[in-house]
Amino acid sequence: MTSLEGTLLDFKRLDLLATGDSAIHRLDGRAKVLVVLVFIVSVVSFGKYEVSAVLPFFLFPAVMVALAGLPAGFLLKKTTLVIPFALVIGMFNPLFDREVAVWFGPVGISGGWLSCASIVVRAILTVSAALILVSVTGFPSVCHALERLGMPQAFAMQMLFLYRYLFVLAEEGGRVSRARRLRSFGNKGMGLQAFGALVGHLLLRAWERAERIHRAMLARGFTGEFHSQGCSRFGKRELLFLLGWTVCFVILRIRNVSQIVGGLISGVFS
Amino acid sequence: MHMADALLSPAVGGSMWAVSAAAIAYCSKKVRTELDDDKAPLMGVLGAFLFAAQMINFTIPATGSSGHLGGGLLLAILLGPHAAFLTMASVLVVQALFFADGGLLALGCNIFNMGFIPACIVYPLVYRQLVGTNPSRARLTTAIVVSAVIGLQLGPLAVALETVLSGISALPFSTFALLMQPVHLAIGIVEGLVTAAIISLVYKARPEILARVRETRPPGSIPLRNITLAFLAAALITGGIISRFASKNPDGLEWAIKRTTGATELEAMKAGIHGALASLQERTAFLPDYTFRKPDGESKGGAAPMVERTKPGETGRNAAGNKLGTSVSGLIGGGITLGLALMCGFLLRKKPQPAA
Repeated sequence: MTSLEGTLLDFKRLDLLATGDSAIHRLDGRAKVLVVLVFIVSVVSFGKYEVSAVLPFFLFPAVMVALAGLPAGFLLKKTTLVIPFALVIGMFNPLFDREVAVWFGPVGISGGWLSCASIVVRAILTVSAALILVSVTGFPSVCHALERLGMPQAFAMQMLFLYRYLFVLAEEGGRVSRARRLRSFGNKGMGLQAFGALVGHLLLRAWERAERIHRAMLARGFTGEFHSQGCSRFGKRELLFLLGWTVCFVILRIRNVSQIVGGLISGVFS
Repeated sequence: MHMADALLSPAVGGSMWAVSAAAIAYCSKKVRTELDDDKAPLMGVLGAFLFAAQMINFTIPATGSSGHLGGGLLLAILLGPHAAFLTMASVLVVQALFFADGGLLALGCNIFNMGFIPACIVYPLVYRQLVGTNPSRARLTTAIVVSAVIGLQLGPLAVALETVLSGISALPFSTFALLMQPVHLAIGIVEGLVTAAIISLVYKARPEILARVRETRPPGSIPLRNITLAFLAAALITGGIISRFASKNPDGLEWAIKRTTGATELEAMKAGIHGALASLQERTAFLPDYTFRKPDGESKGGAAPMVERTKPGETGRNAAGNKLGTSVSGLIGGGITLGLALMCGFLLRKKPQPAA
């Protein structure tokens, strides 16, 4: 893990991307949530040894990044940070699964390496899809979309509250962490006892903040309902977006486009 | 302990989504009816607090590596099981979207492993039973540490089960469990100690916070407890058998390559929910475990487009020559389509810039 302040900065940057204004940004959140879900399910539904057939799915992140004007390098960096976690499990496949599955002339490639490559490709695709979803929709809109798709209101409210205070408290946590680092002179922290006291006080402060918030909300007539003012509509554009991508994913899922293209090319050259 | 989408099959991911969605619906209802309405901001702020607490690392004693608070049990003690579960679930959603910790399909698994298990299983059935009504400090600490350890043993066990049932990773269940469980034993002890330190501070500073939760008794009815105890016992027994089995075979790797374990493990799990899940997965998966799918139109040579819905079967090498054709064209085609896909991005990107 890199520096935590860096993580928080990345977090803020990702959050700010959602304020962009593009055709993709303007779409109703539900369409985007559904498309990303269809995308992820189609990607993970491939067999464990499939690599070539999964590659055409890179079309989706590439097109979305382009249309929404997202910083591709930044998203790529965020995505690659996560790959090692998938690789930790994936790297056991070459050890356990040694049966040769594919021959490139004299070179045999075992099923383990194939499935390991497949895991990495899937990880890149699914992670980038999630990051793209939040950077073209924004967390509050994702919550509203999910709520209108049937998520319980109490949970939607919880997520919005969490989001509201996340930056406030994470920055406080960062300050506490920095203050401790400055006082512990290069020793890693000051032991569990100090940690417990630090976090405990942070907790008590957070608790008092919640009580103040609640009183403030009551004073403003809070009755347990959240009202959102943004009332975006699921119109023709959304339907087109949803159907277009779904058809595309279904075609890519049942036809191995890589194989077809490769066959055509090798047919031309032979 | 976050599971990734890449290691999950749609059947397992979907079932866990359904389980977690049902739990969220139930707990949302409970939270609305049973509690005073100041819980709403409290849950949100405590979820945010969890992020803040995770920014402060601590050094794990004797190892020198650093860890951070998981927090499921801490939230359950402070908020009660239902509110804590919702808070954990919301934290995991944010982690999945912003930090790409675990994917969106894996969200169901992660919410179950890190939210449901500590808040709805360990808290009512272990912690509440151990801590009693008016605990001494030592008893409180013991109860918290024991609960944290049990929670962090069940969680990784569920991760191992979900991964093995998905069949993307080739790791046999026993090896996976042996990798995960001891590590999480240490993590569980540390998590317990840290949670105990925080709770005892809260207990000293604001005892009414803890007293309030204790008043709202969870519906810890006996049947549910019995089921969970049976589950615990089963887990312990299988754990014991597996570890004995594994230690009898010193060369675990060679033995595992034969893949006998994978088969026997799955056989052993054919009963109950796991069996149902596994058979569901077998029906939905295009490729059952451990059989390499061969392209259907292999005999036609390179330009075979039909790769889906083939007979899962023999890995025969007789078709090696044709396989070379398909695999090479797959490689070439894969490279080209990848290039084309990214090219689409670049082309689309160029257009709006002059306009803007």
